[in-house]
Amino acid sequence: MSTISDPPSGSFQLSMLINDTRYRSYTFQFIALILLILAFAYLGYNLLANLQAAGLNISYQFLGEPAGYDINQTLIPYTSQSSHWQASLVGVLNTLLVAFLGCLMATVIGVIVGVLRLSDNWLIRQLMSVYVEIFRNVPVLIWILIIMAVFIAVLPQPRDFRGDDPEATMFLNAFAFTGRGFYAPAPIFGPGSVAVIAVFLASIAGIFAFRNYAKKALYERGQLIPTFWPSLAIFFLPAITAYFIFGRPITLEYPELRGFNFQGGIFMRNSLIALWFALSIYTAAFIAENVRAGILAVSKGQTEAAASLGLRPGRIMNLVVLPQALRVIIPPLISQYLNLTKNSSLAIAVGYMDLTGTLGGITLNQTGRAIEAIFLLMLFYLAISLAISAIMNVYNNAVKLKER
Amino acid sequence: MKKLAILGAMTVAGLSAGVVSAATLDDVKARGKLNCGVTTGLVGFAAPNANGEWEGFDVGVCRAVAAAVLGDPTAVEFVPTTGKTRFTALASGEIDMLARNTTWTFSRDVDLGFEFVGINYYDGQGFMVPKELGVSSAKELDGATVCIQTGTTTELNLADYFRKNNISYEPVPIETNAEAQPLYLEGACDVYTTDASGLAATRAAFENPGDHVVLPEIISKEPLGPLVRHGDNEWGDVVRWTLNALIAAEEYGVTSANVADMASAAGDSPEINRLLGTEGTLGAMLGLEPDWAVKAISAGGNYGELFEKNIGENTPIGLARGLNAQWTEGGLLYSPPFR
Repeated sequence: MSTISDPPSGSFQLSMLINDTRYRSYTFQFIALILLILAFAYLGYNLLANLQAAGLNISYQFLGEPAGYDINQTLIPYTSQSSHWQASLVGVLNTLLVAFLGCLMATVIGVIVGVLRLSDNWLIRQLMSVYVEIFRNVPVLIWILIIMAVFIAVLPQPRDFRGDDPEATMFLNAFAFTGRGFYAPAPIFGPGSVAVIAVFLASIAGIFAFRNYAKKALYERGQLIPTFWPSLAIFFLPAITAYFIFGRPITLEYPELRGFNFQGGIFMRNSLIALWFALSIYTAAFIAENVRAGILAVSKGQTEAAASLGLRPGRIMNLVVLPQALRVIIPPLISQYLNLTKNSSLAIAVGYMDLTGTLGGITLNQTGRAIEAIFLLMLFYLAISLAISAIMNVYNNAVKLKER
Repeated sequence: MKKLAILGAMTVAGLSAGVVSAATLDDVKARGKLNCGVTTGLVGFAAPNANGEWEGFDVGVCRAVAAAVLGDPTAVEFVPTTGKTRFTALASGEIDMLARNTTWTFSRDVDLGFEFVGINYYDGQGFMVPKELGVSSAKELDGATVCIQTGTTTELNLADYFRKNNISYEPVPIETNAEAQPLYLEGACDVYTTDASGLAATRAAFENPGDHVVLPEIISKEPLGPLVRHGDNEWGDVVRWTLNALIAAEEYGVTSANVADMASAAGDSPEINRLLGTEGTLGAMLGLEPDWAVKAISAGGNYGELFEKNIGENTPIGLARGLNAQWTEGGLLYSPPFR
């Protein structure tokens, strides 16, 4: 209270704390602060007292103990003898995986739909409106469940691939689309494959360099260099040439039906696909609206000016409208990414073992450490969200209007 | 002044914190209703019937306790809980007791702070597979996709069993029995595993139960029983002895049909007399009416009656008594004496 009781003038009276508008707001804020602190102190004390009364304590020792349960999708080595902490990390990585894939796909779909909603074609415009309205207005949990149910019911199960006259066959003898997930050939890197990968990475860098060069040529000399076909050529040709020069070091491992399931190859579980797809199309509906808003925020005069210079509609969009629209699109896009990441905690509905499924689900349940696990869970999500926010803000600073 | 306020708040907090751990028996009596945690739906053990009334083997235990304490077997509020939510519900006081196919384990008893009052079903974990797979032993399940309820002991047993036998599997975690059924029937998993009784109950609800077999292996001990919070011994005693009364009643031949007769006057058997309150003051010791056990037995019958009515061999679930027979008939049911 000492800061408040230091009066600027000599004649400060205690009643001025209420009656003087200069001090009144401070008084009320201070009271509110004290009440807030008291409320938290009360809750914290109540928690500790109740835990003590029940003979429990707060301890994170369980994190070091063996988890004892298995997880189907593990991006890092994990067995049922690994610790609960390791299980939590498996969950974090699974959350990050589906969030990353989801954000990527949601952005692609969202931008396409957002642009098409402004199309001159009546039919396309209406179709996109229907998409946005349907997906935006049904809870994402329901979409997750619907997609999973359709997935399991429509696609054949591994047992349908069996027998002399099977109900289902593999696509190109390499891909199997089953109700349990998709199986695809996995690359096996033999000796010499490092060189092929290096060439491939170099060609990707080459694509960026080429595109930069093309951009420069356009801005400085007004020379229009086609980029699509050359990019495609740079992407494929050097890597394929290197592949044959080094004696085909990379081979494929094909999935094949052995026992109950397909074995070998890359396996993408139905739970991951359903969750990924549901989160993507749901969030894409919101992103589409952001994109539409961003494009509409660019004055129509810009489009008309570009058109009068003789630019085609595609170029107007890419060179004039979208770069300016991005400034409006990015900030709400960040919050959509955060929403998608947090919505991924619905994963348990389809049995995807994300952070909520491992740390906030099985670990919590098997150890009974509900308060500790939930605190840690909140911390993890907070860290993930803040990290996404930070990364996206860096990008936002790069594209936003630079005022001189 | 600020310090004083905080001290005051802490005192208030301390007082209110004390209220939570008050005697459950008094709470239940004051409320006039028993909050009993059950499964979200497992036919035979706890599931709402066509009229929306809960019925089943575990429900019978809840009703017996309600009858013993409140004199009314219908004065029960059934709270459906999943494998994940059940312990939080009990620990937080949302429910007074949990009767939900819950396995008595060391860590649940000691570390989680619960008190298992007895065992009402001796069970073990089994596997169910479609007949067409041609599997005859759990050891042939290498590489299989297994549907499993998360947050249960079965999840841990499964990991142990497959590790011990050095075979691989792909777990598909699901939350409730109801969610597992379509996944298993559509073939999204090859195997469904849970307690053998739960498998029988689940299979009974299938359209063609004969297309599925329960494998002979029982890979764990699953003693299922009702539980209460640690530290409230009076309430624990009430639930424990209500369960014992149901078991003892079967042993002594007291049924829901003859209990009223037998309780009208003291008979020849001192054990029965003490149980039914015509002799001694056992009810008063528990803080209940003298005829508490009479009410509990009339609620749904003795243990044997509850078993036969809900999960016995004449029901679609068709479980044999097996380990759950009285000790006099080669089973494990053995109630301590009523004296």
